[in-house]
Amino acid sequence: MPDLSGDGSMTGPTELIRAQGVSVQFGGTPVLSGVTLSLKPREIVTIVGPNGSGKSTLLRALLGIIPPTTGRVARAPGLRIGYVPQKLALDPSLPMTVRRFLSLPRRVSDADAQHALMRVGMADSALLQMASLSGGQMQRVLLARALINAPHLLVLDEPTQGLDQPGEAAFYRLIEDVRRETGVAVLMVSHDLHVVMAASDRVICLNGHICCEGAPAVVSTAPEYRALFGLGTKGALALYRHVHDHDHAHDHAHDHAHHDHSHHGHEHA
Amino acid sequence: MTMPTIMPITTTLITGMSMLDDFLVRAVLAGIGLSFATGLLGSFVVWRRMAYFGDATSHAAILGVALSLAVGLPIGLGTLLVALAMAATVAGLASRGWAVDTTLGVLAHSALALGLVAASLVPGVRADLSAWLFGDILAVTKSDLLFIWCGSALVAALLIWRWNALLTATLNEDLAFADGINPHRERFILVLALAVVVAAAIKVVGALLIAAMLIIPAAAARGLSRTPEVMAGLAVLVGALSSVLGLEMSLSADTPAGPSIIVAAVICFAISLALRQILARRG
Repeated sequence: MPDLSGDGSMTGPTELIRAQGVSVQFGGTPVLSGVTLSLKPREIVTIVGPNGSGKSTLLRALLGIIPPTTGRVARAPGLRIGYVPQKLALDPSLPMTVRRFLSLPRRVSDADAQHALMRVGMADSALLQMASLSGGQMQRVLLARALINAPHLLVLDEPTQGLDQPGEAAFYRLIEDVRRETGVAVLMVSHDLHVVMAASDRVICLNGHICCEGAPAVVSTAPEYRALFGLGTKGALALYRHVHDHDHAHDHAHDHAHHDHSHHGHEHA
Repeated sequence: MTMPTIMPITTTLITGMSMLDDFLVRAVLAGIGLSFATGLLGSFVVWRRMAYFGDATSHAAILGVALSLAVGLPIGLGTLLVALAMAATVAGLASRGWAVDTTLGVLAHSALALGLVAASLVPGVRADLSAWLFGDILAVTKSDLLFIWCGSALVAALLIWRWNALLTATLNEDLAFADGINPHRERFILVLALAVVVAAAIKVVGALLIAAMLIIPAAAARGLSRTPEVMAGLAVLVGALSSVLGLEMSLSADTPAGPSIIVAAVICFAISLALRQILARRG
């Protein structure tokens, strides 16, 4: 894989990872076409898009799991990526403690393991069986494992799928806290927009290609985004509320926003 | 399993250099030697739900025996090659998204049927077909023993060398990829290990029961284990214990050795289930 080192004269990378005109085809069917994006240190970028829009494919291309059909992916030299998969389908025949899991594939010290578990609020879980964890606990343990080698970039593939809304909100708060403390950049994929959008520095709206891109408030009013997710849907209403949180210009949306609050009742700091 | 029948084995085990001349010692050593490979590989077969995969590969071994005798190849080598070809075919088809269950079923049964038909055409195999199907551990020679121990040591070394990568790829392929592990390569290592185990085990438990020797000790170990390493280690112990107990049973009750070893493993499995129940009630 080519790297972003250039002539090596830079003092620090300005881009952690870059996709340049990446297209992916599966058996002749185009899944992604001409995707160009890059990530800077400390950024939180969320990729949103309907099912089948190529979100996971894009992540997999960025991680080097699938080679792009055309285009290229470049990484900063020595880039450490912490990856949190969509979910871990653990076969019950495989006994696995949380502590043992953290040492896969490389052995980590007890101190590092405990530190990572404490960071995600799972300090007492080292001896638990992975199979006995709830969905939210499992995501936290996966995050702990991703954080252990002090990554520059966290990649999360729909990390809150299967969590209830408080769990989802708490998980995203945790990601924000981790970013604030460690400066790790975050790239995540989501199809549930409302909570994610507010936490992101940048949102990329994907549907086979990049439809629109920008700050959450900008993307949410973009016609391409509206075309993809519709107006007046639950997602759009929830989005208004967060636009309201951050930008008081959208006064006309207040009624809807408060409505949405009472219906869904999930907190957002 | 009364004391008098155990005594001869134990006493022969501690006699001097000539002990390999005793067919019973060779049989016990063959069973114990094989347990290292079957315990470790069997754990992965269970974790990755490859049971049918093991069936297809071991059934192909009969075809391998028939072909080796037909063309005059050493049986170990012929079995290894055919098992490898079958395992690679199955793995290849599975990774191309064929309906794995049906594909494996078709391949496993056609390999067995083809093997039996081929065997009937080769006089040497026809004579002792049941030995290839159910094993003939009491007829293990010194060179068989060498082959079994070398094969088993090779498989154990391969699996221990790749242990963490194999485990990571077993848990989640994307997770493995993100950590720089190629799950396809790890799968190939398991395929290779399976072919070697089949070639080494056919003399001990026979083509029909190799999959049982992979799965049952690992299943018996599952209930008493909290980590993958403990489970694999216990599976090795259960396999070795079953070999000794099965041979005892075979000697005292004049039952076929291979199936007796599997019956002993099943008894271990039942005991482990009961133990797990007791432990769960206490804890």
